[in-house]
Amino acid sequence: MTTTAATGYARPIDSSAPLPSVSAWSVFVALLRRDMIVARKEIVFFLIRTTMQPLLFLIVFGFLLPRMNFVGKGYQTALLPGILAISLSLAAIQSVALPMVQDFGWTKEIEDRLLAPVPTRLIAAEKIVAGMIQGVIAAAFVLPVARIVMGPIPALTLTHGGQVLLVVLLGSAAFSSLGMWLGTAIAPQQIGLMFSVIVAPMLFFGCAYYPWRGLDVVPVMKYLVLVNPMVYVAEGMRGALTPSVPHMSLVVVGVALLITVATFWTLGIRSFYKRAIG
Amino acid sequence: MAPGGPGAPRGEIVALQGLDLEVHEGEFFGLLGPNGAGKTTTIGILTTRVKPTSGTALVGGADVAHQDVAVRQRIGVVPQRPNPDRGLNVLENLVFHAAYFGIPSSVATSRANALLEQLAILDKAGAKVEEMSGGQQQRLMIARALIHEPRVIFLDEPTVGLDPQTRLSLWEILRRLHAEGRTIVMTTHYMEEADKLCDRIAIVDRGQLLELDTPAALKQRAPGGTMIELTLGGDPASVVEAARAVDGVSKVEAQGKVLRVYSDRGGRVISPVIQAAEDGGVTVTNISLSEPSLETLFVARTGRKLD
Repeated sequence: MTTTAATGYARPIDSSAPLPSVSAWSVFVALLRRDMIVARKEIVFFLIRTTMQPLLFLIVFGFLLPRMNFVGKGYQTALLPGILAISLSLAAIQSVALPMVQDFGWTKEIEDRLLAPVPTRLIAAEKIVAGMIQGVIAAAFVLPVARIVMGPIPALTLTHGGQVLLVVLLGSAAFSSLGMWLGTAIAPQQIGLMFSVIVAPMLFFGCAYYPWRGLDVVPVMKYLVLVNPMVYVAEGMRGALTPSVPHMSLVVVGVALLITVATFWTLGIRSFYKRAIG
Repeated sequence: MAPGGPGAPRGEIVALQGLDLEVHEGEFFGLLGPNGAGKTTTIGILTTRVKPTSGTALVGGADVAHQDVAVRQRIGVVPQRPNPDRGLNVLENLVFHAAYFGIPSSVATSRANALLEQLAILDKAGAKVEEMSGGQQQRLMIARALIHEPRVIFLDEPTVGLDPQTRLSLWEILRRLHAEGRTIVMTTHYMEEADKLCDRIAIVDRGQLLELDTPAALKQRAPGGTMIELTLGGDPASVVEAARAVDGVSKVEAQGKVLRVYSDRGGRVISPVIQAAEDGGVTVTNISLSEPSLETLFVARTGRKLD
């Protein structure tokens, strides 16, 4: 007498049956959906973590100081695009770097995704795209808040929406890729150091709190800061949001950001692969 | 599945050397060895998480080094320590893992519920994974390894750190999976676990294959019947000859302060051996006695205990 596996955990295995084909695209979408669900659960903490610092800066320099007449009214115009640039960059970099450090460092949670039947590099690419989306969300959150805190800004226009979106996407991609690289290349115990040694100088010398043209007064610095991708995000935001004030050419911004994305994308994905496959 | 001689030098460390073995379809295969034997490296290579630097390993005909995607499609993995996705709840852990294998969420949800029920953790479906005990998390890992219905399941020391009762219930689960015809490859450093569950066992140590056979055949191969270990107060070397002369003793070894005596007559040789030691002016401080087992075979082959 043959018995059937009534106690079975799943359908009996037929090893002669062909394996179902799995499309890489559907796996990519599933991975992205997972990251978005997790991000949605943590949205409040996420926004506090990534936009608190720029918003506090905004309150002091965009609201209090102009009211005290310590800075001119025009400063707000220079500051707003910079604050947006910082918010989206911080959000993009943290959304990737922090989970990478945690996952590879101690929780090993990413293992279930590394078992997915897709090339390992696709899993890294998805993480970068998820980080990009979170950068965009941070920018979309900060813009209206900034506008409310600062009051009307005469030079601000939203007529170049396409350009704004392009700069936001490229900037998020650049910093999300950088986050992938840093998060997989740096030892977990050095993550605090990453923020003080790499991210903090990027913020302060990224022409976010002042326009690049302002550095005319310190020519050496004006050219030194060009290695900092934040400069292009901030200047790009100025060119797209406040085009009437002096800013770097959007073509230069676009080319520089594309080069940055290509570089950090390559480094980030390579470094992820090294961590994932021993 | 036919892993053949994966050698994995990582830096200066060679984790595996000439480990040639073949696991048959539907088999429950055990890799038994002490910590550092190379078991986890072997599983890492077979599950595409570690690249072998030389040699080849095939899973269901797919090469782990060059066809990693095809290999991953065929396998389910239960890790040594549970590593559930803490961003997701219990049910989501399963449904998303299925989605990573292209399984639509309606199919995955019904499969997940069935698995959770059979593994007796259905009441935790909506819970956060932190709210589960270690044993429950390990069962979740088993459900996750099964949700995409893989052909081969790899378990890396699945019962480490579990209490005895949880371990027994996990054994029951593994037995049922095996009965369904699944190929299971499990590493362990528990003799009893390998003995009770596996069809065949490979005993590995320091990256090398020492023995490969069914548990029964391996036990028969254990040397000279009962193993008696005497811990002595002095140098055992002086006692070796006298112990060897005792009737019923087939083999005597000295290692450190331990005198290892293999007896054809069970424990009956103990008292003459103690007498021989004391006649030689050496006191006996401890005695242990083991029936022919995987343990005695392992000790005989390596000169070391398993854990």
